[in-house]
Amino acid sequence: MNSQAMSAKNTNDLPVVSDRLAHNAMRNVSERIIEGLLFAAAAVSVLTTIGIVYVLVSESIQFFANVPLVDFLTDTQWTPLFDDAHFGIMVLISGTLVSSTVALALAVPMGTVIAIYLSEFADSRVREVAKPILELLGGIPTIVFGYFALLMVTPLLQKVFPELPGFSLLSAGLVMGIMIVPYIASLSEDAMRAVPMSLREGAYAMGATRLHTALTVVVPAAFSGLAASYILAISRAVGETMILAVAAGMQPNLTWNPMEPAATITSYIVQVALGDLPHGSIGYQTIFAAGLTLILITLMFNILGQWLRRKFRENY
Amino acid sequence: MQQNALTTEQIRALIARGKLKDTLFKALGVLFLAIGLAVILLLVIDMVEKGSERFTVDFFLNFASRRAAQAGILSAWVGSLLVMLVTAVAAVPIGVAAGLYLEEYAKRNWITEIIEINITNLAAVPSIVYGLLALGIFVYQFGFGQSILSAGLTLALLILPIVIVSTREAIRAIPAMIREASMGCGATRWQTCRYHIIPYAMPGILTGVIIGLARAIGETAPIITIGALTFIAFLPPAPFAETGEGVAGLFDWVMSPFTVMPIQIFNWTSRPDPAFEVNAAAAGFVLMVMVLTMNGVAIWLRYKMRKNIKW
Repeated sequence: MNSQAMSAKNTNDLPVVSDRLAHNAMRNVSERIIEGLLFAAAAVSVLTTIGIVYVLVSESIQFFANVPLVDFLTDTQWTPLFDDAHFGIMVLISGTLVSSTVALALAVPMGTVIAIYLSEFADSRVREVAKPILELLGGIPTIVFGYFALLMVTPLLQKVFPELPGFSLLSAGLVMGIMIVPYIASLSEDAMRAVPMSLREGAYAMGATRLHTALTVVVPAAFSGLAASYILAISRAVGETMILAVAAGMQPNLTWNPMEPAATITSYIVQVALGDLPHGSIGYQTIFAAGLTLILITLMFNILGQWLRRKFRENY
Repeated sequence: MQQNALTTEQIRALIARGKLKDTLFKALGVLFLAIGLAVILLLVIDMVEKGSERFTVDFFLNFASRRAAQAGILSAWVGSLLVMLVTAVAAVPIGVAAGLYLEEYAKRNWITEIIEINITNLAAVPSIVYGLLALGIFVYQFGFGQSILSAGLTLALLILPIVIVSTREAIRAIPAMIREASMGCGATRWQTCRYHIIPYAMPGILTGVIIGLARAIGETAPIITIGALTFIAFLPPAPFAETGEGVAGLFDWVMSPFTVMPIQIFNWTSRPDPAFEVNAAAAGFVLMVMVLTMNGVAIWLRYKMRKNIKW
């Protein structure tokens, strides 16, 4: 039978393909085309990154052709649209760092406590209700949070601190903190739930209370996950725009005092975009230089996060 | 040993102290959760209270105006809807295709690795940076201008990681036997995807798409960055409608200037006249309802899915 097939094949010099097989051949071609299209879709994400880097770097190069890098980093004034133009990015960075610090000072403890509570204390019914609520809180548009900060939190804070101005980094930062809590709580809870039950049982068997177990066994074991959630929170805080644009004022102000109004990197970009700057002017280029600074700051924290994660990763 | 031994009373006191700490911590956890819930409630109540006088049909059918009492959100909600349409049309096919490729086709090599790292990193990029990307590429390089098309594509890029990740998770939950059975019957890889993987993953994909769109509809920063106008008192041309320059084409609206809900709210919030606060509250409430409904539907869908599907 085998030899018959062989001889049959040998007698035909031209490959005769049956209709069914011809259909299959076409099928292979279309399979390859589809695979190519799907790959192209996946490659869009890489193109996006390339696009971001290209836009930020190419515009920034033109910006730094006009403004020396040293001035950019050391000048203490940010007045790019004035006749006497100064380009000291530290002014904007200070606003970003102060507001982010306020936000994290609220969000990290609050988010962590909620996560520990949900993963170690709450029974499953509470968790089923609490997690969707947190998700909804995280889904509120930031512009609505901005409204909340300006028209509700600021007046409330002014009752406690009568000298607080109408725009302040403090109230914007606090609301930003509330916005970030769900991210930290949800990611940290996932990390802590991934800690194997046997570790907890070991601690309970030694007579530890729930809290003791949570703080001395579960949290250290899940630390790499917690660190990852904190890093994401920092990225969110540094990149948050609308809350600051609405509630922190948009005056460039080199300050480390959260009670003052100040512009951040992001709110400066919004302020310029709201105006009508001609494409290619130095004012137009500043927002790309500011954007590049923003990306570099987030990148720095992300690299730090990767390192922390690797250093504290636990294997079971 | 004997010296260290505790009396029964001491042990009881120790246990009581431990239990007290547990209870205190539990109370703290509940308190913090309650603060989160209180913020949502406070926001909604405040907006309803302040904005209630503006919840009229006119508010939805009027254009923005210099007089607070006559201003409405017509151009804003129409703009939001149209931008979402462009976003969905761009993000859903690309996101699902990318997720499908990474789960079903990709070989474990460095190209796949790069794509995966990229998607993770893009999710952490601040949204305003997407606005800068769009300003440089869509608005000026491609010449789309400050149009609905630019805004829709920008938001599509922004939510792409969300769509891709949820697609991948949905596909990963489908057991290998489904693929084996399909291919065992002679189906090709694409036929398996087309007739089995995509339909079975659909609820999960839909959840991701809704969450992504809910995020996109509330985004303000990237759209302001591409230079959307804050004062628009006209609607984009409807297909085949008579305009000043003749009959509009089917897709003329995508190139039209526009405004969206969050920008309208931002505009009203940043005005010194408190009369506009009322408008901001009312529009904020409408936006909240849109976003929370979308998120609620997504959460409900996920909940239902988890209950129903048992492979």
